[in-house]
Formats: sequence, C-alpha cells, structure tokens
Amino acid sequence: MTTPILEVSGLTKHFTVVKGFPRPVKTIVKAVDGVDFSVAPGEAFGLVGESGCGKSTVARAAMRLIEPDGGTVRFAGQDVRAAGAAGLIALRRRMQIVFQDPYSSLNPRRTIGRTLIEPLEVHGLARGAAARDQAAALLEEVGLPPAALGRYPHEFSGGQRQRIGIARALTLRPELIVADEPVSALDVSVQAQVLLLLKDLQRRRGLAFVFVSHDLSVIRWFCARVAVMYLGRIVEEGTVAEVFARPRHPYTAMLRDASPIPDPSRRGVLPRVVGEIPSAAAPPPGCHFHPRCPRATEVCRVEYPRFHTAARHGVACHHPLEASSPNT
Amino acid sequence: MRRFVKRMMANPTTSIGVVLCALIVLAAVLAPYISPFDPLDQNIIDKLKPPSTTYWLGTDAYGRDVLSRVLWGARISLVVSVASIGAALLVGGAIGMVSGYVGGRVDLFIMQVMDVLLSFPSLILGLIVVALLGPELVNLIFAISLTAVAPFARIARAPVLSLKERAFVEAGRALGFSHIRVLFVHILPNILSEVLVMASLWMATAVRTEASLSFIGLGVKPPIATWGGMMRDGFDAILDAPWLSIFPGIAILMLVLGLNMVGDGLRDATDPKLSGS
Amino acid sequence: MIFYVIRRLLAAIPTLLAVLTLVFVIVRIVPGDPAVAILGDRATPDAVAAMQHRLGLDKPVWAQYLDFMGHSLRGDFGTSMVTGRPILQDVGAVLPHTMDLTIASMLVGTLLGVPAGVVAALHRNRWIDVTARMLSLVGLSFPVFVSGVFMLLAFALHWRLFPVIGNANLDDPIDRLDKLVLPALTLGITMAAYITRVTRSSMLQVLGEDYMRTARAKGVPWRRVVWRHGLRNAGLPVVTVVGLYVGILIGNSVLTEIVFNRPGLGKIIVGALNQRDYTMLQGLMTIYCFLIVVVNLVTDLTYGLIDPRVKQA
Ligand SMILES: Nc1ncnc2c1ncn2[C@@H]1O[C@H](COP(=O)(O)OP(=O)(O)O)[C@@H](O)[C@H]1O
Ligand SMILES: [Mg+2]
Repeated sequence: MTTPILEVSGLTKHFTVVKGFPRPVKTIVKAVDGVDFSVAPGEAFGLVGESGCGKSTVARAAMRLIEPDGGTVRFAGQDVRAAGAAGLIALRRRMQIVFQDPYSSLNPRRTIGRTLIEPLEVHGLARGAAARDQAAALLEEVGLPPAALGRYPHEFSGGQRQRIGIARALTLRPELIVADEPVSALDVSVQAQVLLLLKDLQRRRGLAFVFVSHDLSVIRWFCARVAVMYLGRIVEEGTVAEVFARPRHPYTAMLRDASPIPDPSRRGVLPRVVGEIPSAAAPPPGCHFHPRCPRATEVCRVEYPRFHTAARHGVACHHPLEASSPNT
Repeated sequence: MRRFVKRMMANPTTSIGVVLCALIVLAAVLAPYISPFDPLDQNIIDKLKPPSTTYWLGTDAYGRDVLSRVLWGARISLVVSVASIGAALLVGGAIGMVSGYVGGRVDLFIMQVMDVLLSFPSLILGLIVVALLGPELVNLIFAISLTAVAPFARIARAPVLSLKERAFVEAGRALGFSHIRVLFVHILPNILSEVLVMASLWMATAVRTEASLSFIGLGVKPPIATWGGMMRDGFDAILDAPWLSIFPGIAILMLVLGLNMVGDGLRDATDPKLSGS
Repeated sequence: MIFYVIRRLLAAIPTLLAVLTLVFVIVRIVPGDPAVAILGDRATPDAVAAMQHRLGLDKPVWAQYLDFMGHSLRGDFGTSMVTGRPILQDVGAVLPHTMDLTIASMLVGTLLGVPAGVVAALHRNRWIDVTARMLSLVGLSFPVFVSGVFMLLAFALHWRLFPVIGNANLDDPIDRLDKLVLPALTLGITMAAYITRVTRSSMLQVLGEDYMRTARAKGVPWRRVVWRHGLRNAGLPVVTVVGLYVGILIGNSVLTEIVFNRPGLGKIIVGALNQRDYTMLQGLMTIYCFLIVVVNLVTDLTYGLIDPRVKQA
C-alpha cells in the first residue's frame, strides 16, 4: 500500500466557552475528540455526520487553519503539526480548501483576476502576463469565461462563485482538496453541476479529496470511502459500498434509512433523525449515541465502545449490526 | 467609482460642502499670490480700520490686513487638521485593526486603554499636552491626533471583528498568506470607506480644536496668522472692532461646515441604507 | 438589575484607576523640571531642591505614583502650588456658576433638540426635516467660542439686551439669570444640534419597527404611539450620546466661560496654565476624569433602567 497523502490520528480540538455572570461558567466543547483516518493519493474520502458533530473542525484542524490540541497529522509522510512557518507554507501549497458559503468565501473588494493571480505571485509561481494566462486557464477549467477575470464577486451567481472558489483552490496545483460542504449552500439544480465539476477535476488532476458533508447521498455519489462522525468521534468507517449497503453502527443505519435516494439530482435534504442531537459540550456518558439507540444496553451507558476493524470496515459499537461480510 | 461620485454629488448638501472646502483650499494654496498685503506687515497709521475698499475686511490693532491674514490662516487650519487626522487615522486605524484581528485578551486590553483615552475631555487633553510641550506646530498636531486616536481605533476595529470571520480570510490563510497580508491587503479595503467618512468628520473636529486652542492662546505662536488667534485678537478689541472677530469666525465656520457636509454626503453615498439619517 | 448595577460599578473601577494613571503619566512627561519651571532658570540649586521636596519630586517615581493614586482615591486632589489653597476649595467656590451653566445648557439642548428631532423624523425629507438637518449641521459646525463671540456681538453689544460681563452675584436670582442666558444659549444650541441629529435618526429607526405599526393598526392614535412607544425607544441612543457628549461639553464650557468672562473651571484651568501651576492642572484633570467616569456610569445605568433587555444580560 502506498503512503497515504493524509494521515490523521488521535486528532483533538476542544473549545473553551465562558459564559454567565456573576459566576462565569466554563464549558469545554469537545468538538473533535480523537479522530483517526487516512486518505490515499487520488482518493475521495468522505466525512459525514449531522451538523455540529465536528466535521468542519476536523477539516480546519487537519490543515492547521486552527491549531489542534492533540494528535498527529501527516501529509505525504510529513508532520504537519511540527512544521515551522516556512514548512507550513510549503505544505499549504499541496493542500487546499473549498468552503461552504460561496458568498463569504470571496473578497467583495477584489476582482476575480486579483483573487486568482495573488496566490501565484505570493508563492513566486508566475507573475504578470504569465500569471494572468494561468488564471484564465483555471477559469476555463472550472467552466467560466476568461472575461470573468476583471469582474467582482457580486456579479456572479452562487454556483459561479463556488466555481471561482474551486479555481482559487487549484491555483497552487494542490494534491489534496478539503471540501467543507462544497455544495450544501447551493440550489439543488446547481449542486449536480458543481459535483460533476469536482469529480472531473479529481479524475483529470488525480486529486485526493476530504469531502465533508451532512448529506449521505452526496457522499455516496462522490466518495470511495467514508467515515461517519458522531459528537466529535468517528463511529464507523469503510468503503462507501460496504458502509451504506451493510451499516454496522445503528447510527449509520439510522442516517441511511432517513436518506434513501442515491441519485444526487433527486435527493432531498437529510431529514431529522430520531431523537435530539445531544450537545458536544455535555456528551452523554458511555457511548455518546446510547440515548438515541434502539439497541442500547447497560454497558452502552457506562463504557465508550472500542473501535474495531474487520475486513477494512471499522465500527465503534458494543452491539454492531450483523457483520459486513460472512467470513469474519 | 464614477457612480459613487455621481451619487455623492447628487446630494446638494455634499455639493455645497465640496464647494466650501474647495474655496478654503484654494485660499490656502493661493494665499501668497492673491493676498493684497503681507499678512505680517504692520502699519501703525492704518490700525483698527473698518472694512473699506483698500482693506476689504479691515485691519487689526497692528494695522495688519485682515483679509490677507484670513487667507494665510487657512494654511495653518488645513495643515494642522490634515496632519493630525492623517496621523490619528494611521495610528488609530492600525491599532484598531490589529486589535480586532488578534482578538482575545490583547483586544480586551487595547480597547480598555482606548476607552480610557476616550474618557478624557479632548479639549482639556489637547490644552494640557500643548501647554506641557510648548505651542509649536508639531506639538499642536501631536495633541490633536492624540485626542482622535481612540475613535479611529474603535471605528476600524468594529468591522474587522466580523470580516475576520468571513471565509475569504481563512482562504487567504490556507493559501499561505501572512497575517499581515490578510489584514492589510484583504481586510483593509473593506473597511476603508467607513474610516474615510470618519476622517472627514474628524477633520472638522480637528479644525475646531485647533482654532479653540489658538483662541485660548495655545496655538501656533503669533505673529503667524491663525483663525483662532485672530479671534482672540478680535475678542480683545471686541468693543471697537467687531470685524476682527466676525471674519475669521466666518472662515472657521465655512471650513468646519464644509467638512461636515462632505462627511455626511460621503456617509450617505457609501451606505445608501443610512441615507438621510 | 442588581447584578447589572454591581457589574457596572465594578467595571468602572479599573477604568478609573487607568484614567488616573494616565493623568499621572501625562503630567510626568513634561520635558524639564517643574521645580525649575516654577522658580525660573536662575534659581539656586538649594531652592530647586527645596521646591522638589515640597512637590514630592525627590521621591522615587513609584512612590509619587502611589501617593497620587492614594490621595486621589480619597478625594484629596492636592493644593495649588501658586496659591497654596486646596484645589477642591477653589473648585468649590466656582462650582455654583459651572453648575448653573451646565444645567441650563442641558435644558436648552434637550428642550430644543428632542422635539426638533422627533418632528424632523415624522416629516422625513419634507422641508421641515431638511431645515432641521441643515440647522443642526450648522449648529454643530460652530466652535462655541465663535458662536459665543457672535452672540456677544449681537445681543450684548449691538442690541444691548444682556450684560457683557458674566460674574454673577449668586444671591441675586435676577442677576444670576440675566448673566446666564447668553452663555447657556451658546452652549445649549451646540448641544441641541447633536441631540436633534441623534433623536431624528433613532426615531426613524424606531418608526420602521413592527410594534409601531401594530400599535397603529390596533387603533391607538398615532400621536400617542409616537410619543409613548417611539420616544421611549428612541430615547436609548439619545441617552448614550448625551453621555458621550460630556467630554465635549466640558471643553465647550471652558470656552464659553472664557468668552463670557464667567467664573468657573474654565477660567481656573486657563489661569493654572498661564501660571504653570502643575499641581492645579493635575488636580483639575483628575476631577474632570472622575466626573466623566461617573457620568458614563450614570448613563449606562440609565440605559439599563430604560431598556428592559439590559437587565437580564
Ligand atoms: N470557534 C469555536 N468556538 C467554540 N465552539 C466552536 C467553535 N467552532 C466550533 N465550535 C463547536 O464545535 C462543535 C463542532 O462544530 P463544527 O466542526 O462546525 O461542526 P460541523 O461542521 O460538523 O457542523 C459545535 O458544537 C460547535 O458549536
Ligand atoms: Mg460545518
């Protein structure tokens, strides 16, 4: 097996929130609480879970856009957390991020041209006419006319802006793209086009993806492997085919049953799953999922289940659903 | 940009303000060429003359031509206000931007210090600083900019707080841009208009403060012509020569009013929502 | 509400300490030796040393700082270097004049400014609004010493309606009022200009709120809606601005007192400047800062009283 392009292990990020008067109360939100996964070069890896479970925090911490509290992150074998200022800049050339909100992700006071040319110039990759040509080529690659270079973001629709955001992420020719809900803010009709663009780019450029979404059907369509997150931890991981065809964690099964349509163009929004989503500030003891779980027993209330893997399909559950393959 | 200018000038208030300011700037620039007399030239024979065809605005107690002194006085008012507000804008703006961008305890501390500065009565602060440092042009500029640093810090900080949460800031970081670049190349253009509107309104305040200090006797040293200083001379002779007080007073009013009108117009033009409020 | 008051009181303490520290620093950054400044260049070293001792300047800076803070917090603002009298005594002597002026000008400012702002907002963009806006812009462009001198020229010298000299006999109410009219108008008009603007814009905001339309739809007479709900809610920003205005008011009253030759803090401060009375300057500065911290506190508390939302926060 080749070295993974991204290898995350034991990643944690806790936020401290202080609230209240006269006695301020400190709560610690364990947004990410020991997350492991790895992504092979050129692979599309999905991260799925309900909103607030810590997906964006994982994405940001892995890129060191926020400092993780613990764990290791390796990019192509290099320790990301140990990288110094120069090392980090070099690493950032190789991994880029695409954001959810196409409106706030572009600077309203800069033309598209300046937005695309600036990274090239700052990293000394190209300047002047050469940089301009590269920017125009990038726009073409994401399906926009080169004339867009002189325009401002407010002249474009949400879908077009998301294409520009993707073009910006490509300026430095990265090997990995972290896409944090890249289509969730778009109209359903536009989502499919952007997904197709991303798939096309993945094939053509051999890009690896960490694809974050709360939407199972998008993950199912785009990714080869998937990890399911619940309250800051990964509860199940495996190939998309395995996990969604024969989920072993009751939570995954619940998510799947709530979102049955595989075709991304016909899919609705993830419906509410049974029960309240508990807060990451005060996760229940034992297995975090037990209050909502139909299979919960005494042990689930006291002990967090170990994560065990069989035939490359891992699950953290005391009472997993039937094994994914009969010969394990 | 052209649309911006058009929208601004469509407002009659702004146009009047621009004209008033332009007149004063012209007077300051052209003073050496259009002044009928040397502003410092004393003429004992013609002292305290009321306005006439020779001395359009009369003469003062030393026989100096009031018109020439009003024209030359524009220079001091403009230099002091532009320099002091320019300095306050640079220093205060940078403090506010960095404070808001860094956030946390640093921000809390810096803003507490700014609040303390804000709670000083600005004229008294200016008065004491000039009194301690001496009535020189530089000290005057320093004192007035000191009173304006805190407001600029606040004005610059507020929008940075929300802008830094926008994804384009994080995108810049992800592309390997330094904090300095993100703050001054990406965020700064987004707050510039608000800060510039403030600057024109604060220029008006600076003109007033400079004139007030000169009136108290803490302005640029005589015999150099300043509007506030001329008002002071006029005040000493108020019973005999009201023109000595009236004309420099009108000059001050023209400039301050002009700047306030431009500031109002700029604000309406940058933020159509606030129009007329 | 109790928590709110306590919290604000506690929050005012560090501000006060910091303000006092800044006063200390500012007075200390004088280039040159205050003792030499007082005695002149030709003073003997012995005399300078004696003066330094008298001023406490021979102590280490931190001791001077602690002395200053300790005395200030106990309400002892020092004695004048020139007259030897306690500063509070001099300030106390002119206080009635300053209070007269402040209160009268605030009355003028509110009584002119609030109705003008409300009426302007109700007639948005009509001639009455345009006039009110224009007048308030002119009003706040006038440096008070210019408007003061113009008032003096017009009403005291040209029409001779009011006296030129402002030292009122405090026991004679007619005299006191007579000499108060022009200064109070001068100061009050500037204030009215500020208040008009703020009242107008916050009133406009309130007029657009849903509850105003609801009240009107329920058949409450519009006039009542405006004065009850509208003014009450528009009052909040006005209170804040009046609080912020105190700094300007202090500066303006100094200028007004000079123009109208009224006894007051303004004249004391100018006298101290001319005589290089450092202890007096430091004391006055401290008193002003106390005043401003207290006014800000009162403003915040008033705000809390008017706005029910603040209480829970
Ligand atoms: N900067 C922050 N400060 C405090 N809490 C945060 C911060 N960012 C995220 N959180 C909390 O961490 C948890 C995970 O957030 P996030 O990673 O954004 O979830 P997701 O992307 O899965 O919706 C949430 O409970 C959120 O409230
Ligand atoms: Mg998210």
